[in-house]
Amino acid sequence: MSISTMVRLLLSGMGMTAIIFFVTLILSLPLGMGVAFCRMSKNPVLRGITKVYISIMRGTPLMLQLLVVRYGPYFLFRAKLSDAYDIYAVLIAFVINYAAYFAEIYRGGIESIPQGQYEAAQLLGFGKSRTFTMIILPQVIKRVLPSVTNETITLVKDTSLAFTIGVIEMFTRAKQIAAAETSMLPYIFAGILYYIFNYAVAFGMEKAEKAFGYYEVK
Amino acid sequence: MEKILEMKDVRKDFDGLGVLSGVSLSVEKGEVVSIIGSSGSGKSTLLRCATMLEKISSGSIIYKGRKMAWTDETGKVIYAPKAELAQIRSYFGLVFQNFNLFPHMTVLKNITAAPISVMKMPKAQAEEEAMTLLEKMGLADKAGEYPCRLSGGQQQRVSIARALICKPEILFFDEPTSALDPELTSGILKVIKDLAAEKMTMVIVTHEMNFARDVSDRIIFISDGLISAEGTPEVLFGNTENERLKHFLSSFYGETERR
Repeated sequence: MSISTMVRLLLSGMGMTAIIFFVTLILSLPLGMGVAFCRMSKNPVLRGITKVYISIMRGTPLMLQLLVVRYGPYFLFRAKLSDAYDIYAVLIAFVINYAAYFAEIYRGGIESIPQGQYEAAQLLGFGKSRTFTMIILPQVIKRVLPSVTNETITLVKDTSLAFTIGVIEMFTRAKQIAAAETSMLPYIFAGILYYIFNYAVAFGMEKAEKAFGYYEVK
Repeated sequence: MEKILEMKDVRKDFDGLGVLSGVSLSVEKGEVVSIIGSSGSGKSTLLRCATMLEKISSGSIIYKGRKMAWTDETGKVIYAPKAELAQIRSYFGLVFQNFNLFPHMTVLKNITAAPISVMKMPKAQAEEEAMTLLEKMGLADKAGEYPCRLSGGQQQRVSIARALICKPEILFFDEPTSALDPELTSGILKVIKDLAAEKMTMVIVTHEMNFARDVSDRIIFISDGLISAEGTPEVLFGNTENERLKHFLSSFYGETERR
C-alpha cells in the first residue's frame, strides 16, 4: 500500500474523529454549565444527584461508559438497537462524560469570583440573571479557558476510544491498516495527524484566551 | 428636615453571635455622619444591613418614609416586596473598601452599565453624565482604560462615580481609604469633602479620625454592637466621660496630643 493511500484512508477516518470531537464539544460545553448550576443548587436533592453523577463520570473509565451506553439498553431492557446506534452511543457517552468535567471546571471558575462582584452588582440594582451574564460569566470564561483547553485536548485523543464499539474513526483505520500491512507506519501517521489536530486546537484556544483576557495587564 | 434613613433598634446575629445589639440611627437630608469604632465593633455590619447586603435579625429600616424591613408582632423580620425593594434600593449607594469595580469593563462601562441596563437611561446620556463625573474626579483621560491599569486611588474614585451616576439620596462609604496607600488617601478624602460641600447625604465608616472630625456633622462611636457615644465632632472628641471612647481615641492620637 502506498503512503498516499494510507494517509487517504486515515484521513477518511479523520472525518468521524472530527464529528465526535465537534459534536461533543458543542453539546457538552453548554450542558456543563447546566450541570454546574445543578451542582451548586440550593436544592439538596438536585445537588446530591448531580454530585453522584459527576463522581461516577469522573470515577469510571470512559471506555467502560461507552460500553454501558452502547450495550446497556440491550442487557437492561432487551432493546434491539441497530448498528446505526453505535455512533449515537459514542456521542451520548462522550457528551455526558465531558459535561461532568466541564461542570466542575465551571464551578471552580464561578466560585473563584470574589463575593464583592456580586455585592457591587446587587447595590447597582442588577438582577440575578443580569449579574451572571454581564458581570460574572465574562470573568468566569477567562478564568476557566486554560482548564477547558486541557479537557479539549484530552477530548481529541479520547475520540480514539470510539473504536471499542466499532465506530470507524481514525484510530480504527490505523489499526486496520497496520494489521493488513503488518506495518508500524499507520500508527506513526495517525499520531502525526492527532498531533496536528491538537496543535490547531491549542492554537485556537490560545487565541481565545487572549481574546477573553483583554482586561488584564500584560 | 427630611429623614432619609431611619434605622430602629437594628440587631444582627451571625449564628447566635450578636454583632449589632440594637442600633438606632437616623440620617437627615444633607447630613454627613461618620461611624468610628474598633475593628469588629459592628460598624461595617451596620452599613451592610442598611444596604441589604445582610439581613437584619430584628428592628426596622426605613428610607424616606418607605419601609424596607420591619419586625412583626411575632418577632419575625419582614422585608418589603421585591418591586418595593428595587425602588428603595435606588435611594442608596455604597462605596466599598475594595472598590469592587468590574475588571472586564472599561472605566466608562463600569459607570454606565447600571444606568443603561438597570435604569434604562439612553446610552448617550449615560456616557455624557459619566464623563462629567470622571472630569470631576480628574479621570476623564482614563475613561477607556480597564481597572487593572489604575491605581487604588483612581479605582476608588471610579467606584464613587459609579455610585453617584445612579443619583442616590444617600451614599454609604465602607472604609473607603483602608485599602489605599497613605499618599492616595487624601485624594479620596478630598472627593468626599467636595461631596459634603454639595450637601450630599453620606454615612462614612472610617478610621481617619482627622477627616471624620473635619467633614462630619455628627460622629457615632460604635462599641460591641451598640452606639456608645454620639454627637457633633466637638462634643464627641471632647467627651472624656466615656472610657471606651477615650481608650479608642487615645489609640489613634496618644493621650498627650489629644485636644
